[in-house]
Amino acid sequence: MDYISTIFVFMLATFVGLEVIRRVSRLLHTPLMSLTNAISAIAVVGSILIAGQQHAEYKFNILGMIAIAASVSNIVSGFLITNRMLKMFKKREDGK
Amino acid sequence: MDTYIHIAYLISTALFILSLKWMNDPQTARRGLIAGVAAMLVAVLGTALNPAIAAANYKWIILAVLIGTVIGVPLSWVPLTAVPQRTALSHAFGGLAAGLVGVAEFYLSFTESGHQLSHFSSSALCAEVLLGFLTFTGSLMAAGKLQEILPTRPITYKGQNFINISLLTLAIICCVILTVDTRYTFIFPVIIFLALLFGILLILPIGGADMPTVISILNAYAGLSAVAMGFVMDNKLLITAGALDGSSGFILSIIMCKAMNRSFANILFGAFGKVQASAAGVEKKSVRNATPEDAAQIMEQANLVVIVPGYGMAVAQAQHRVRELYDQLIKRGITVKFAIHPVAGRMPGHMNVLLAEADIPYTDLVEMDDINPEMPQVDVVLVVGANDVVNPAARTDKSSPIYGMPIIDADKAKTVFAIKRSMNPGFAGIENALYYADKTLMVFGDAKAVVGDLAKCLSKL
Repeated sequence: MDYISTIFVFMLATFVGLEVIRRVSRLLHTPLMSLTNAISAIAVVGSILIAGQQHAEYKFNILGMIAIAASVSNIVSGFLITNRMLKMFKKREDGK
Repeated sequence: MDTYIHIAYLISTALFILSLKWMNDPQTARRGLIAGVAAMLVAVLGTALNPAIAAANYKWIILAVLIGTVIGVPLSWVPLTAVPQRTALSHAFGGLAAGLVGVAEFYLSFTESGHQLSHFSSSALCAEVLLGFLTFTGSLMAAGKLQEILPTRPITYKGQNFINISLLTLAIICCVILTVDTRYTFIFPVIIFLALLFGILLILPIGGADMPTVISILNAYAGLSAVAMGFVMDNKLLITAGALDGSSGFILSIIMCKAMNRSFANILFGAFGKVQASAAGVEKKSVRNATPEDAAQIMEQANLVVIVPGYGMAVAQAQHRVRELYDQLIKRGITVKFAIHPVAGRMPGHMNVLLAEADIPYTDLVEMDDINPEMPQVDVVLVVGANDVVNPAARTDKSSPIYGMPIIDADKAKTVFAIKRSMNPGFAGIENALYYADKTLMVFGDAKAVVGDLAKCLSKL
């Protein structure tokens, strides 16, 4: 495996992440965290691959399915609650 | 087909980065959310195209997705005061998913031919399983403490740090052995066990005030376990998305640590509860009492009122009453600002979300560093359920456990009202000199009731 290039990707992504997140307004730290909850559920990709491949034994597919369910619940609840919170952040209406 | 998958992953990665970039401003944040959803959809669809997936298994994948949705939707309906628990629970699910995938990968590498683990893969696998399972139990513990199913006070015992560090060292040694020679498969379950145990023990000594930091650290771990999964599967989307999540958790932890003037190690290994005992010897002084009527009369005369919310506001669910008070004050032409300490509440940004829920415009929420220079001009500070974050001992008393922690300088304002249920010291068990100051008036009672009374008295004046 070409592990040097994967480490490269990791390093670059970390730098991009640090730069981008540093600019996030403190107001939005809770929604940011629920959004990154959903993003970290990218583990769903690995889970689908494990659950989807044909294995000699069923137990691996079952492990994969549990992992999919856990990740998807994070994706769904993470995005929905972020949306709920972001809807609440309003500017002061003019003339009030 | 491979090319399409790679293109899908590339688009997904770009969208994830944009999603986080747009979170920097409340005005573009919803766009960021949409980008995040799109990124996830592209990622899942791209993965579903993978020819390695057997046609007969799609129905099982869809079933698992449906189960996940059924669990996930109600989790998004929780009241906003319960968001810290939900977040912790979600980290637990993330850790569990990474851990289980790691277990499957490990055993598959033996049962299926052509799957031999390289040293690199097996070390990444160990990291994935270790981080995944310790995040799982650690986050469950944190969620239990936040939901108050488990005792919220720090649980400490003699030799705690020694046991924790030894466990972690042991787990790392096991990982190294397994990396050097993957034939020692019996070590693998040991790593899982140690990770699960370590997660529990790590959170035992954590108390409420440290939760914002701990939740952030667990957030970073959940991301890093996805990165490790990406290393094992040679999947760059997993690596980038995991790294974004990891750096987010890392930055939030640093902000939280700075806001408490403590180091990572100090929070994880320094059980806050223990340090306090020394500070309890402050002599008892008398405090001045006030009724909500008195407070309302003084506030009515003010030009600038600053409200300092804390965890007590969340516990009492007082945010909507605070909004009523805000309306009454604004109606009289009084300027109202909210001073938000970074660690107020139980997770980063907790207060902002609660106040936003109560329809308070975010433009009136001010960060600690921006409000402090203005404090001498402030007529009235109203402390609603905050304690340590306004304790002047952090500036003046070198022997105080919170010495050096940046605080909101409420004591510099002309008058201070502090709403508190009783004179019991807060979580940290530290006496707060602010309450004994001459300019401070204590209003005793439940935050929700008192703020409600305040608003009512003001409306009658």
